[in-house]
Amino acid sequence: MPLSKNDLDAILLTLELASLTTVLLLIIGTPIALWLARTDSWLKRPVGAIVALPLVLPPTVIGFYLLVSMGPNGFFGQLTQSLGLGTFTFSFTGLVIGSIFYSLPFVVQPLQNAFEAIGRGPLEAAATLRANPWDSFFSVVLPLARPGFITAAILAFAHTVGEFGVVLMIGGNIPGKTQVVSVQIYNHVETMNYAQAHWLAGGMVAFSFIILLALYGGRSARVRTL
Amino acid sequence: MFGFRKVKAPVVSDDGRIRARFVLQHADFRLDVNLDLPARGVSALFGHSGSGKTSCLRCFAGLERPQQGYLQVAGELWQDSQRGFFLPAHQRAIGYVFQDANLFPHLSVRGNLQYGQKRIPAAQRRVALDQALELLGIGHLLERMPAALSGGERQRVGIARALVTSPRLLLMDEPLASLDLKRKQEVLPYLQRLHEELDIPVLYVSHAPDEVARLADHLVLLDDGQVRASGPLKETLLRADLPFASDEGAEAVIDGEVCGHAAAYELLELRLPGSEARLRLPHAALPDGHPVRVKIKARDVSLSLQRAEGSSLLNLLPATVESWQALDAQMLLTLRLGEQRLLARITRYSFDQLGIHAGQALWAQIKSVSLLAP
Amino acid sequence: MHERDVPMIRTVQRSLLALALLFTGGVSADEVKVAVAANFTAPLQAIAPAFEKATGHKLVASFGATGQFYAQISNGAPFEVLLAADDTTPARLENEGATVPGSRFTYAIGSLVLWSADAAYLDGTDAALQAGQFRHLAIANPKAAPYGLAAMQVLDKLGLSEAVKGKLVEGQNITQAHQFVSTGNAELGFVALSQVYQDGKVGSGSAWIVPDAMYEPIRQDAVILRQGASNPAAAALVEYLQRAEAARVIESFGYKLP
Repeated sequence: MPLSKNDLDAILLTLELASLTTVLLLIIGTPIALWLARTDSWLKRPVGAIVALPLVLPPTVIGFYLLVSMGPNGFFGQLTQSLGLGTFTFSFTGLVIGSIFYSLPFVVQPLQNAFEAIGRGPLEAAATLRANPWDSFFSVVLPLARPGFITAAILAFAHTVGEFGVVLMIGGNIPGKTQVVSVQIYNHVETMNYAQAHWLAGGMVAFSFIILLALYGGRSARVRTL
Repeated sequence: MFGFRKVKAPVVSDDGRIRARFVLQHADFRLDVNLDLPARGVSALFGHSGSGKTSCLRCFAGLERPQQGYLQVAGELWQDSQRGFFLPAHQRAIGYVFQDANLFPHLSVRGNLQYGQKRIPAAQRRVALDQALELLGIGHLLERMPAALSGGERQRVGIARALVTSPRLLLMDEPLASLDLKRKQEVLPYLQRLHEELDIPVLYVSHAPDEVARLADHLVLLDDGQVRASGPLKETLLRADLPFASDEGAEAVIDGEVCGHAAAYELLELRLPGSEARLRLPHAALPDGHPVRVKIKARDVSLSLQRAEGSSLLNLLPATVESWQALDAQMLLTLRLGEQRLLARITRYSFDQLGIHAGQALWAQIKSVSLLAP
Repeated sequence: MHERDVPMIRTVQRSLLALALLFTGGVSADEVKVAVAANFTAPLQAIAPAFEKATGHKLVASFGATGQFYAQISNGAPFEVLLAADDTTPARLENEGATVPGSRFTYAIGSLVLWSADAAYLDGTDAALQAGQFRHLAIANPKAAPYGLAAMQVLDKLGLSEAVKGKLVEGQNITQAHQFVSTGNAELGFVALSQVYQDGKVGSGSAWIVPDAMYEPIRQDAVILRQGASNPAAAALVEYLQRAEAARVIESFGYKLP
């Protein structure tokens, strides 16, 4: 297989990035989705719109604003510097942060839908059966929202694997740190190494296909047993 | 805020009453009730849809938070908005039966039943799982999933689930409303047994007069978010100033005991307390002494000064006139029948013709009797 | 190509083009699609109005990475003229027969500059680079951009290649390298002089203009692509770029001329 060390590193790095992003997003996205599903506050619509922004913004726009704000002159960059953490551009941490923004709606929206589908009923039943809100979340909401969680996790993972524009803007193409598969393919094309580009790109297509097959296969299986 | 802190319900004097005051304001509806109910037996919240019965019940449960609220249940204070005290739903010792059972779809029947039971300390478990299973006849359904149950079965599981938490107050929101007639007949007896065998006070919301008449001891009439009447069942039903009377539906509820059965004619004979009279109605045999509750519509009762001979009427009972009320172009009379009361609806003409006066002894001719229970 | 030959060849080219223009009677307004190296963005945008006024033709320009343009052109992109950031890509296209033979010429020679957005960081020498007190040094991808390659050559010459290894961040092209520096994410970086040149000197920040001797000249060649063979506007553009007025503009942006 004509994959260089850089290529293999890129694949590993991409998988690391996607996994970490998925886990973090599930943790961050769940309370946001819960709030959006339950609240009656006027803030619901603007927050929902902000969460959905990465769906419509070109990734390079997200990347550009991250570049500026994470830099030493930007809001976020100044915050991290004052905490002694330096700046996050050109680092894996920066990519994780970028990916979290980039894939946020792909986690929050399926979760929000799942929570809304549960409705008030089961939660009220749980309350009348002595379950406090924390308890009813783990014993009722989570099990009933399981399909939503699975969808959210798969989407976040696959979406982050395919991330390009954001990484391009803030990555700096550092092997082993920010050189992910999508950027590496771009590099190969740029330097006219088409064979290697094919290998990597083909691999990504196969991978995405398998993921989607699993996602859709799983879904229709669930529908059948209902 | 998240209901973590275990709030201790302050104890007030236990006078065996449930006192509630709720003012709940929604966009286009206002609930404003003041209730004093017995902490025993079944209290029915009756009214047509939109009258606020469910909202009221939810306030009892703590599922709604009224702007003003006071709730005291047999010596425990659950809510007092003036003192800023509110016991959240999950800390109230209630059992709630929803209109559509509301079982957890991801748990089996057993899982559903044990859900609440697990969450009360062993010391407080007074209703055993077995008892609830037997009471509701659902022992054979334990391993099934809710989706595989019929409507009636689901409702019975829902009731059992609420019971198993050994609540101090059982709240039922039109539990039979979503069932067809057959299922209703199936579940009603179980509710009756609940009433008879457990000592838990029940608040029962319904818009079906027959259910209420059959099960309730205390009746609260709600209309447009306000209490129009609250009192013991039979007395309240008799009141002529209530909607009952005017929509052709004025009726009296009579309790009796079986004292005989004429097999050849399929006629059941009932003894009425405080009266020599016997009430007869077509029914299969029942054991002697078995309690029976019937209702008799006012318009099915006509009056006669003498005992009519050779009449096809099944029931001719001696009664005394107690009071009367003018109702449109007719008169609604309240008669004493032994220890109980009967309603009769006659024309003004007849009223004058018969020379009706208080204490008058006459004969009530009852055209038809409807069985409520069993 | 030897420098002696260039003026001669230039004259020949110009005559040919002038003839071509005569024959096509070139008055009807045509459109020419140009692929332009990212670093030449500003100069071309300055030249465009003058070109359009002088010839009546319209200029439609796309700016980007030369390597990307190569891939697109190889796959049939409808560009008619390529203004590359290097001389190897046009040569390659020529070898592959994708160009109008004889139309290739050097339109600008790029200058490399070490630049920082911080006006106090560099003092006109390579002192700060040698000192190595920075966290990130930005360059363009040396495999894909000639300015990046030149930057590596300079670092080699200065013996700093090993020293800066962990601090190098690569932009996909010279524009991105510039972006990294201008946002402060890299304290300094090797960019094109044309990117920071204003009114004859470095506009903002601080710089060290790298001596020519330290790197291979960044010859930027232009060529008419096969698709533009019969487009009078393409020929007109190539001709215009070699005029004195165009030369003045190009130089004013910090480029040198062959």
